[in-house]
Parts: sequence; C-alpha cells; structure tokens
Amino acid sequence: MRWLTVVVALAFLVALVTNPPSVLAQGGENLPTDDEVNAIAKKLYCPVCPNTPLDVCETLACKEWREQIRDQLAQGWTEQQIMDYFVAQYGKRVLAEPPREGFSVLAWLLPALGVVVGAGIVIQVLRKWKARRAVATAVPPTVDVPPEVVARVEKELQDLW
Amino acid sequence: MIADIGMLSLTMALLLAVYTATAALYGGWKGRWTWVESARNASVMIFFMLTISVVAVVYSLVRLDLSLAYVSEVSSRATSLFLRVTALWGGQRGSILFWAWLMSAFLAAVAIRKWDTDRVLMPYVIGVATLTTGFFIWLVVFVANPFARMWVVPGSDEIVKAVLPPRGATPFIPVDGQGLNPLLRHFGMIGHPPTAYVGFTGFVIPYAFAVAALITGQSRSDAWIRTTRRWTLVAWLFLSIGLLLGGRWAYDVLGWGGFWGWDPVENAMLMPWLTGTAFLHSVMITEKRGMLKVWSVVLIILTYLLVIFGTFITRTGLVSSVHAFAKSSLGLPFFVFIGIMFLGSFTLLLKRLDTLRSEHEMESFLSREAVFLFQNMLFLAITVAVFWGTVFPMISELVTGERITVGPPYFDKVTGPMFAALVLLMGVAPLFAWRKQAARTLGKALWGPFAVATLIAVVLGFWQRMHPAAAFGIWLVIFVALTTLLEFWKGMKARMTVRKEHPLEALVNLIARNRRRYGGYIVHLAVVMMALGVIGDGYFQKETQAPLRVGQTLSLQGYTIRFDGLRQYMGSDGREVLEAQVSLFKGDEFVRVLRPRRDYFIVQQQPVTIPATHTTLAGDVYVLLVGWEEITASSATFKIYWNPLIIWMWSGGIMLIVGTLIAWWPTRAARREVSYVLRPGAMRPQPSSGG
Repeated sequence: MRWLTVVVALAFLVALVTNPPSVLAQGGENLPTDDEVNAIAKKLYCPVCPNTPLDVCETLACKEWREQIRDQLAQGWTEQQIMDYFVAQYGKRVLAEPPREGFSVLAWLLPALGVVVGAGIVIQVLRKWKARRAVATAVPPTVDVPPEVVARVEKELQDLW
Repeated sequence: MIADIGMLSLTMALLLAVYTATAALYGGWKGRWTWVESARNASVMIFFMLTISVVAVVYSLVRLDLSLAYVSEVSSRATSLFLRVTALWGGQRGSILFWAWLMSAFLAAVAIRKWDTDRVLMPYVIGVATLTTGFFIWLVVFVANPFARMWVVPGSDEIVKAVLPPRGATPFIPVDGQGLNPLLRHFGMIGHPPTAYVGFTGFVIPYAFAVAALITGQSRSDAWIRTTRRWTLVAWLFLSIGLLLGGRWAYDVLGWGGFWGWDPVENAMLMPWLTGTAFLHSVMITEKRGMLKVWSVVLIILTYLLVIFGTFITRTGLVSSVHAFAKSSLGLPFFVFIGIMFLGSFTLLLKRLDTLRSEHEMESFLSREAVFLFQNMLFLAITVAVFWGTVFPMISELVTGERITVGPPYFDKVTGPMFAALVLLMGVAPLFAWRKQAARTLGKALWGPFAVATLIAVVLGFWQRMHPAAAFGIWLVIFVALTTLLEFWKGMKARMTVRKEHPLEALVNLIARNRRRYGGYIVHLAVVMMALGVIGDGYFQKETQAPLRVGQTLSLQGYTIRFDGLRQYMGSDGREVLEAQVSLFKGDEFVRVLRPRRDYFIVQQQPVTIPATHTTLAGDVYVLLVGWEEITASSATFKIYWNPLIIWMWSGGIMLIVGTLIAWWPTRAARREVSYVLRPGAMRPQPSSGG
C-alpha cells in the first residue's frame, strides 16, 4: 500500500502546483453548502480508492478534493467545468460511467448488442420449434393407446395440478 | 503440535483426493465396482481429514498460535473469541481451506445419500466433484497454506512464510498479530461469508451430475435434473441469503447509504446467481416438456464456471474492490483451472449433443415455452452485461492504456430495463399455458391487474411528481404482485367451491399440495417486494449534509436531528471510537437518540464509519458522522440519508427464504413422481429416482 500513499501525495502536489487552493479568494459569506458540493462529488469517483464515489470517500485526499469543488463552485464554476477539470487532472477514471466516445463506446454497445442477438436467437429457436411441430403433426402416431389409458392419464394429470 | 496435525491431515486430504478421483473415474470407465466403492469411502474420508485441518486452524486462531503466519495475519491479542473463530474465513489462506472443506462436505453428503439411487452416475459424480475439490485442496497445500510458519533467512530482510523451513532459517514469532481487516470486525462475519460460500460450493453437485450425465450418455433422460433439483435449490438459497446478508452488511458498515454498489465482488456473486436462477427455470421446461436440454446443461456449466471465476476475482485481487483484502499470486493456477474446466465441459457437451435432442415442439408463440425462453435470454443478457461491466476497466486498460471506472450508473442504466422486463415476464408467465395460450383468456386474466396497476401508478405518479421510470416501476410492482396473487386466489377458489374448504384452509392446502409451484410463486412475490426496495433506493432516496454546532439541527423528509455532543473513547479491538449523540425528532416530537460513530483502527490506520439508523415501514433515517472539529469537538458534520421502502428489501429476503424452503421441502409424492411424456408414441411412465 505504500506506493499508493506516494501516488496520492504526488497527485496532491500536482494538484496544488497547477491549481493552488483559493481559500483566500473567498468571501466566506456565501460558501456553497455541503449538499451542493456532494451533488457534484457524487458523480465523480475517487481517483485513488477502489470504486468509491467522491462524496462518500473518507480519505484525506478526497476531503481535499471536495473542498476544491467547493472553492471552484464559489468561484462560479459550472458543474460541467468542474467535471472537465477533474477528468483533465486525473483521467477518465474519475467519471462514474465510461464516456460514450472512443473505445469506451464498446462498454455500452456490447450489452445492447447482446440483447438484440439474444432476442434474434430466441425468435429463431421458436420458429424452428413451430416448424418442427408442423412436420410432427403430419405423421400420425404409430402406437395406439386405448382411450381408457388416455383418460386415466388425463385424470391423473388433472389431479397433479 | 495441533498445527502439525492439521497440516498432516491436510496432506492426507490431498492424497485422498488424488486417489478418489483416479479410483472413481477408473472404476467407472472399466466397470470395476470395488474401485468405485473404495472411491466413495475415500471421498468421505476427505471430508473428515479437512474437518481436522479446519479444527486445527480454528484452535490455533483461538489459542493465538502466532508462530503460524495466518494467525498473525488475521488475529491479534485484542481480537475477541467470536472474531478469532470467524477469522477462519477472514483471510486468504483460511478462506480457501474453508471453501475446500465445505465443498468436500457436499461431496461426502452426495456420495452417501445418492449412492443407492444413482449408481450409474455415481463414479463420475464423485470423480468430477473430487477433481474440483482437489484443486482447492492443492491451492491450500501449495499456494495459500494456513499452516505456514514465518522464518527469518540470514542475509535477507524479508520474512519467508513457508511450511518447511528454508535452509538455515530460524523461526520468527511476532509479539502480536495484525488482527482482522477492520471492515470484517463485525457481527455480519458470521452470516454473509459462510452462506455465500455454501451457496458457491453447493453448485458443485448439479455441475458434477450434469458432467456425469454427459460422460455416461445418461443426459438422454432428465434423471440427473430430478436428482439434483433440491441440491441446486439449497445452493441457490444460500447464494441468495449470502447476497442479501452481504447487502445488509454493506448497509450497516460501509456507510454510503445503500446496500448494493455494483462492486466487482458483488457482481462476481450476482453472476452465478443469475445463471443459477435461469437454470432453475430452464430445467422446468426440460422436465415438463423435454425441451431446452442442451441449454440447461450449458447453464449449469456456466454457473459453475462463474462460481470459480467469482472466487478467482475475490481471492486474487484481480479487480480493485472493497473486498480486496485477500491479494496473492493465485491468479495463474486459477486461470489454468478455469480454462481446463471450460474446454473440458464444453467439449464433452459437443460430443454428447445427440443425447440432448428436444422431444417436443410448441404450437404458438403465445405459450409458456416462449415466455420461458425470453426470460432465460434476459437472465443471460444481464449476466453478460454485468460481466462486461466488471471486466471492462481491465480491457480498457489493456487496449488504450487508460483505466476507467464502470460504476453504478452504468449498471443501473444497462441492467435496469432488463430487470424490469424480467419482472414483467415473471408476472405474466404463470398465466401462459404450455404449448399454446389463447389470447382471449390471457387478456381476460390480465385486464384487471393491468387496470388497477395503471390507475394507482398514474395517480401516485402525478400526485408525487415522480420520475416516469419510477412511476413505471411502481406500476410494474403492483401489476406483477396482483397477477401473482390472483394465481393464489384462483387455486383457493377452486378448492373452496369443489371441496368446500375454509379460505385459509384452502390456501394452506393449496400450497402444501403444490409446494414446488406455489413455493415458486412465493419467491416471485418476494422478488416483487425486493424490487420495491430497489425502486425506493434508486428513485426516492434523499440526502443532506451540513456541519452542526452543539444544539443546532438539520432536517430531511420531516425528520430533524439535533447535535447533542461528541465523545471519544478507546473501544475494544484496537479502535478509537468517536461517537456523536444526536436526538431524532419527527416534526416536533422526540423519537429517539441515535449514535453514529467513526471507528479509527490505530494499527491499520483505517477509519470505518458506522451509521445509526432509525427504521420505519416508510423508510430508514440513516445518519452518518462524516466530519468534526478536531480540537474543541463543538461542531460536527452529519449526513442524513432518507432511504424509503428499504424495509421491503429485507422482508422480501425473508419471504424468499420461506418460499424456497416450501419449494424445497420433500414430498412423499416426489419419490414416486412419474415422468409423463405426453406424446402417445412414447407414453411410458418412467419412474424417476426421486428428489
């Protein structure tokens, strides 16, 4: 886990250098609320923890990132701008779902394709079954079953249900 | 000393497994019955040997034998007795032994119980089941041995963990162990992991029977399906309980306000559940109509492969996840094993395709067969989507070099519509007749529920200004609940008029006489209840967060919390507890005191946020302590979730257990159950081997 700590620390440094926190720049009066921050953080993923949305992540790094969102909101950034900023800084992995462009399109296409192909196969199979029945009924049954046996079977089947 | 006995019996178990598989397969192949009998006895011995090993590990954990690497990994002086025992499955080494032990228990049980009834299949059932059990025993012995000790090798900084001392090494015994992963230090430890493991390992039985049927050519008949039906139900039930308890545990411990996060490991468990559920349904067609034989075999093979894939994911840390507490170098052996199983099973299937011809045909697209087929297709499509979403980050990293996240929004969007379609089919399928269903009678039966559900959904939707998808979800839940309840009512009415029974008596008799069918419908109702929980969680969850000074309040959904104070103390098990006290009010009325807390595990440097919840029928108030003023402790930040309808999730879970048990409960009639083949040409009753 040590390398992870190093990565976090490095990511931090990079973030600080490229975008110094603007705590001083704020008026302090109309700071964005936690709810406003979380609404955006919810849509982002912690760049370092496994599968953790940024709004619930407990690491110190994530806390700082949430404060950064607050700062950006205070400076009048839009949600899209903030999201774009995080993607530019930490890569597409901060997005909760794969973007619908480039290679990631495959993530969306394959399940859809699966359903279409699956439905196609099901319909084909059903057609085949129906067709086979047409053939089957054309041939009369070869063994004669006494009607009383059929009646008994029918009755037992009825009882079964 | 005890550890040595455990190691010895573990080695014996491995040797026995090799012998059992060889003797069973050889005896079956050559028709040497004494070999097969010997294999049976040996397979029971494997279970006894592994039991000794498991007892030895538990004993070492309880006595804190720190000379064992595993004990120092998952236990410590501060660990309670409860957690010391459950630590058996709290880490890599122990959990694989536990897994192998459970699987050997299933193997021994089937070898004893099914010995007289399924003689033809037995050699191969024992052979195949022992091969997979043997693989896990091999892993325990050679890759993740819980009896490995720690050694200091001169000239090296690293401590070597091995059973036998490396050359010139001296034993290393730490002063204290590291203790269990903090997230696992919870009462849920007794529930979720063992049930999940029983569920996973239980699928070895239907799989072994399917493969044995293919090997012997017995796949021509559906006897193997009848024999394994109740075993499959046990595995399925435990897998379901494991999923539910896992969800409950996440809800109680992980502190994100939900019960399902589409985490890779959750997915790994959901996938075999999906294909297993599809299998439980497809075998109905195979039994009743002699159709979908190949498909049923494919599904059980797939289910078992996914079970192994699931362990592969969980135990190797291949994908990042909250469960990644057990990383190691198990990857390659698992990969090879899955490959062999995949190729072997499907080659066998292809060779035996001729035994799996469909017997019957159907008359109309409007038939239960067609509905079942679509339902199976959807189960598989969801599995594919979940699989794809789970492995896509890896594939993306391989191809583009960039790691991306495939999170809950993806899975919700992709699988949501498919689950909805599945629930809809679940509601209408019981109304379809086999072979052919007249559209008119179907319309007649569906008209009532459709109208009622539409009315309620539209009114509620407008009144509550619901998202269209949420309103549709409500419609779906009501519609399916009504159609399913109508099935009960129809059966009850018939009994009430024909046999003049009291309504309650009619209901009880109806269920008791058709346990399989009505047990299944009860499970369907349970799924509807859980769907309601999912809709509540997905569309109506609310949250708010704010820093509060002592005495200040925060409101959500008619509830108000007041921050009363913070207190810090040393908890048990090496944790520093920061506990907030808040008063919960509904309107102006005081309800109760809640104590959300943050446990900080000092050694692991890991915080765990424990929510405080207030549960009502309408929903849960779920309070989290997310931050606080370090020095004065005069202010703290709270997050409140309003989780509506969530109680339906858990009560639905209980209903699912009840329904499955009813469907599972043996009937005397089942023993002389007769396989009817409706075509006159083949009308010979075939006595089945019983369930």
